[in-house]
Amino acid sequence: MSDTVATADPGYAAARERPPAGLVGPWAWARANLFSSWWSTAITLLLVYVILRALFGFVEWAFVNAIWTVPYNAQGRPDTAVCQNAKGIGACWAIITDKYRLILFGRYPYEEQWRPAICVVLFIGLYVVSAMRRFWRKELALIWVGTLAVIGVLMWGGVFGLQEVPEDYWGGLPITLILATFGLAFAFPLAVLVALGRRSRLPAIKLLCVLYVELIRGVPLISVLFMASVMFPLFMPAGVNVDKLLRAQIAFILFAGAYLAEVVRGGLQALPKGQGEAADALGLPYWKKTGLIILPQALRLVIPPLVNTFIGFFKDTSLVLIIGLFDLLTMGKVALSDPPWQSFSTEVYVVLAIIYICFCFAMSKYSRGLERELNRARRR
Amino acid sequence: MSQAALADAPIPHKIDANAPPAIVLDKVNKWYGTMHVLRDVTMTVAAQERVVVCGPSGSGKSTMIRCINRLETHQEGRIVVDGTELTDDLRALDTIRREVGMVFQSFNLFPHLTILENCTLAPIWVRKMPKAEAEELAMSYLTRVKIPDQAKKYPGQLSGGQQQRVAIARALCMKPKIMLFDEPTSALDPEMIKEVLDTMIGLAESGMTMVCVTHEMGFARQVADRVVFMDRGEIVESGTPQRMFEDPQTDRLKLFLSQILRGH
Repeated sequence: MSDTVATADPGYAAARERPPAGLVGPWAWARANLFSSWWSTAITLLLVYVILRALFGFVEWAFVNAIWTVPYNAQGRPDTAVCQNAKGIGACWAIITDKYRLILFGRYPYEEQWRPAICVVLFIGLYVVSAMRRFWRKELALIWVGTLAVIGVLMWGGVFGLQEVPEDYWGGLPITLILATFGLAFAFPLAVLVALGRRSRLPAIKLLCVLYVELIRGVPLISVLFMASVMFPLFMPAGVNVDKLLRAQIAFILFAGAYLAEVVRGGLQALPKGQGEAADALGLPYWKKTGLIILPQALRLVIPPLVNTFIGFFKDTSLVLIIGLFDLLTMGKVALSDPPWQSFSTEVYVVLAIIYICFCFAMSKYSRGLERELNRARRR
Repeated sequence: MSQAALADAPIPHKIDANAPPAIVLDKVNKWYGTMHVLRDVTMTVAAQERVVVCGPSGSGKSTMIRCINRLETHQEGRIVVDGTELTDDLRALDTIRREVGMVFQSFNLFPHLTILENCTLAPIWVRKMPKAEAEELAMSYLTRVKIPDQAKKYPGQLSGGQQQRVAIARALCMKPKIMLFDEPTSALDPEMIKEVLDTMIGLAESGMTMVCVTHEMGFARQVADRVVFMDRGEIVESGTPQRMFEDPQTDRLKLFLSQILRGH
């Protein structure tokens, strides 16, 4: 029908090729959304004023009036009198320049801190490589094992002429990244198995998985960490000593596994029953059906809640401070306990927040891109 | 039911009476909880026979056909497919599912795989066929259902009729001896029903053993050797299409036929 109209009246077709002027473009958008009535215009102007005030205030504090360095006295102690005077007017970034090594790498021997620094770079490289779809093949698992082994060697040392550094001296960003990366890397496959197990026809497997999820989910992460650090050694035979970091890591894996399992199960349930039936009817065995048909679709459905949980657990690594592990956030607190710097917590927390935001925002941005990419083919 | 092709005369067809039967159902019973959904269903389908199963909704016809490849399990009676009895033995089940293809009402194509991958998946992973050979096979069947040019697309980009033809091609790629159709045209717009029925008629002409749950009476008339009428979980009446439609013996079939005809 529309074809015949268009050919009968070419002028009509030409006029309809693009919407009338004034309906598109940034100015049209602003008029439709910001200045559609006197009421909305007033709110727009008020909000612009508030935002600009806050922005100028922050720029003034963080940059214009900021103090970047302080003098050091004969003993090498910082003299923070300038900062004390500028308090409330300008930021004292000198605490960061003075303490950044301590915050990032904890009490790791100062001369050896290039090793955790390389580890952080390796971790980030690992994330970037894993994020690229063209590396999604079997070899990626080898890259992970290899990289994590290198990280282990660098952190512990004791071989290749590297000085041995026990875990008690580890701290800062490497601890956060170790807990988060190992935690989620082990928790995710565990979660997939538990989610599948909860739907199993075998009652024993189903019961085990339900019990695991409900027990772990029923207690706070802090109490799981406490159990791992305080109670667990009591149950071990004398002489067996599993170190604190490993215990926290296992507690973390178990905890994250239970939550992720429920997310994955949500995806499994959202998948139409016909998909599994079609695979059955074709004669695909269970693991082929699960790996080729069910999981690729179910996991795709739950990318948003999955990443939500990932981000949550990345930040929850900071809870290990209660069992005496020194992650990034705890090191910030340690840095603030130095008397001359005690009153400059805002600066430290702003910097820590920026580091956390960088990692979390990267995850969320990546997940949105991935969703778009994976859904592109399915769109009609 | 205005399809021109369906007005054609029945396809000439001979069944070898001495060949072993393709499917035997012997006093099959099934319950959902306390609901008795299959009651003493007894039926034999000969090799190369084409059976159309019809009946009102809830009559158990879909359940029956789904029992044949064990998407549903029966609780009493015997089901023997291609000489193998359906039991809890997984190896027997694997053998049967390789030989029995199924087409669903809602197509159930795999949306994350291309049309070609949908078709090559089972030959590669179940029949262990090399990829190139599986793709060649898939293309030949996609050509047969007249959509070779869509091979690189995803199911979501195809119309319902095209998707159902892909589903038929996907089942055929396993080179099954028996094809089951569970209301293959019920989810389709009227203008797409014909293209799917034509594909099924072509399949019937090639001598495939078919069990088809459908309300397309024109299709039954043209293709079926036998029509089975089910109601409330039991087989009420069966016979040649001509006999069933022109001379129904039971009141239930008469009522069903009058409703079907009024609906069209």
